[in-house]
Amino acid sequence: MKRMMIGLGALVLAASPALAGRDQIRIVGSSTVYPFTTAVAEAFGKATGMKTPVVESTGTGGGMKLFCAGAGEDTPDFTNASRAMKKSEFETCVKNGVAEVVEIKVGFDGLSIAQSKAAKPFGLTKTQLFLALAKTIPDKDGKLIANPNKNWSDIDPALPATKIEVLGPPPTSGTRDSFAELVMEKGAEGIESLAALKKADAKAFEAVWKAMREDGAYVEAGENDNLIVQKLQANPDALGIFGYSFLEQNEATLSDIPVDGVEASYDSIANGTYKVARPLFIYVKKGHADSIPGMKEFIAEYVSDKALGEDGYLADKGLVTLPADQAGASRKAALSLEPLQADSLK
Amino acid sequence: MSSLNAQNPTLRRRRAAEARFRRYGAAALALTSLFLAFLIIDIVGKGWPAFVEHRVELPVTLDSRKLAEKNYDGLIKDAIFARFPEAQSRGQRKAVLALFSHSAEQALAAQLAEAPAAAGQTVKAEVLLSDTADLHLKGLSHLADPAAIDALTARLPVTAHFSWRFFSHGDSREAEEAGIRGALIGSLLTVAVALGLGLIFGVAAAIYLEEFAPKNRLTDIIEVNINNLAAVPSIIFGLLGLAVFLNAFGLPRSSPLVGGLVLSLLVLPTIIIAARAALKAVPPSIKEAALGVGASEHQAVFHHVLPLALPGILTGAILGMARAFGETAPLLMIGMVAFIADVPGSISDAATVLPVQIYLWSDLPELAFRSKTAAAIMVLIAVLFAANALAIYLRNRFERRW
Repeated sequence: MKRMMIGLGALVLAASPALAGRDQIRIVGSSTVYPFTTAVAEAFGKATGMKTPVVESTGTGGGMKLFCAGAGEDTPDFTNASRAMKKSEFETCVKNGVAEVVEIKVGFDGLSIAQSKAAKPFGLTKTQLFLALAKTIPDKDGKLIANPNKNWSDIDPALPATKIEVLGPPPTSGTRDSFAELVMEKGAEGIESLAALKKADAKAFEAVWKAMREDGAYVEAGENDNLIVQKLQANPDALGIFGYSFLEQNEATLSDIPVDGVEASYDSIANGTYKVARPLFIYVKKGHADSIPGMKEFIAEYVSDKALGEDGYLADKGLVTLPADQAGASRKAALSLEPLQADSLK
Repeated sequence: MSSLNAQNPTLRRRRAAEARFRRYGAAALALTSLFLAFLIIDIVGKGWPAFVEHRVELPVTLDSRKLAEKNYDGLIKDAIFARFPEAQSRGQRKAVLALFSHSAEQALAAQLAEAPAAAGQTVKAEVLLSDTADLHLKGLSHLADPAAIDALTARLPVTAHFSWRFFSHGDSREAEEAGIRGALIGSLLTVAVALGLGLIFGVAAAIYLEEFAPKNRLTDIIEVNINNLAAVPSIIFGLLGLAVFLNAFGLPRSSPLVGGLVLSLLVLPTIIIAARAALKAVPPSIKEAALGVGASEHQAVFHHVLPLALPGILTGAILGMARAFGETAPLLMIGMVAFIADVPGSISDAATVLPVQIYLWSDLPELAFRSKTAAAIMVLIAVLFAANALAIYLRNRFERRW
């Protein structure tokens, strides 16, 4: 027994050098930004010879929680986010002693709606997507009824007479939140009676565009975008919603469905004409910049032209980079570590 | 006689029922074999490309200035463009460069460090092709514009090799460079910690409960709770690990030490239950004989009962280990679901494990990661198979029947 205790003590001692001082950057956050931050982490490790940063895939919300849990070596230095930091999250940060947070906008993530190349191509508007996927839609008199549309042609006779079947992410996914805000809300606003409802009762309006169909027309196909891609390849009648980089990788088998007449492409997302896109961020704990080795070099690598430029390696990985003017501003803010102000947040 | 039996309706029914039952059994077996065969064929079919890589022998002329500046990237690019004189526009040059892996410059640096060459000389560098070019050559996915790759195969010898890199490299975001060494070592370290602690505490608890503990209400409650613990969802152990090992003890996040501690809690009930059953199966006469010739209780257990129960305990340990090898959920909580490029060297370094690596690769957009995912599954199955085979061998060797 005594020997066992000594053994256990030795085990804890063996681990203690790691506690003495961290020399490895730790990053948490969004699984959407993960493929990009990991590429930077690897390039940083190779270029500087320092330990490659550890990048955890925790989701945006989970990352914010860890990031704002406090300052010090046992908390992460960066968090990835597929949306801007919320005011409430910033307040938690400040309360826990993380007063200075630097926001770096790194690019855009387009959400594409696609189908198998075997199917006949067609386009949709946001309002049509809303009418196909919302749980309740207004009838002719503006009264809310359970969505009766079975085929695309029920919405508009010009659309194909195939069953509405859309594979998309589940409610736990940030992609789903973005889809609801970028497509469903905008689509609902395009209907007169709902636009009136928005003015009269914003909460009731929100409930309408946030609720997706549960009768089989919208299929929650899991967080894994590759899975949706494979299901689309097998089922030519179905549509899928997933990140643009997955469409780019599977252009041989999938074709894009233009939304409001605009196709999802690198250029249309970058110049803002394709509206179903969201900005991506990384957040930096400024207080760690001096104590954790390599932080400044890592930021410099992230915003360098080699990574974030139009022909940088992040663009090769599927990130839609910022237009030149925004990129310059983002780079300047990142390198000077300009802290975030509370009143700029929502 | 037989004609008499054949006319007996009860007997005929019983025989028919028996034949039917056998057919059901055989059908169930055939169905499960079919599923297994389907799974394995699917995984092997998807995974084999990850074990093959394409390389090209590129003659690199060592420009004196670039060599002095250690600009290996520039040397490689010059050598590539020298072979593609027609690539003048930016788009064409990009398409040509996209055929080669980014690892080329490090490979050249390593090669020159090992065998230095003077400026002006021409050395042959083995350059890995990029994941997209590699998939094109394997016929799995075609490049949008095959002109560049066709020119490459016509001008330089492109050869296929077994990808040792897959076993010798850690994770990478470049699909052609990504390997499972980091995850495999992380898995081994984690399971070693889990099994070490799980065996020590599990066997100690089992011996105490089986041989020494008084039979009363308290030990009954403990016994019921151990059985319950075996059925607790694994994520709960992750939350426990987060609260206790990371927050209270301050052990390093993402480390195999913490992963092993959490998984040891997970496998503990399995080991205790199996060890108790093994101890119970040792005939009481052995212990009584030892006590009869004057051994103390402690001596009887450790010298006679425990060695005879070891094969059974081993079985429990294997079951526990198999579970620990395949677990991902509790590791999410303690930060092991992460991109970790460096191969861990000790139990306190950041590490990930095989099932987590599979999960992370399955979520990446690059097509080449699809075969990496399946290949990692093959490796995980092979590791489990080897561990099981070893344990079965050990058990058969030491097992004793009464």
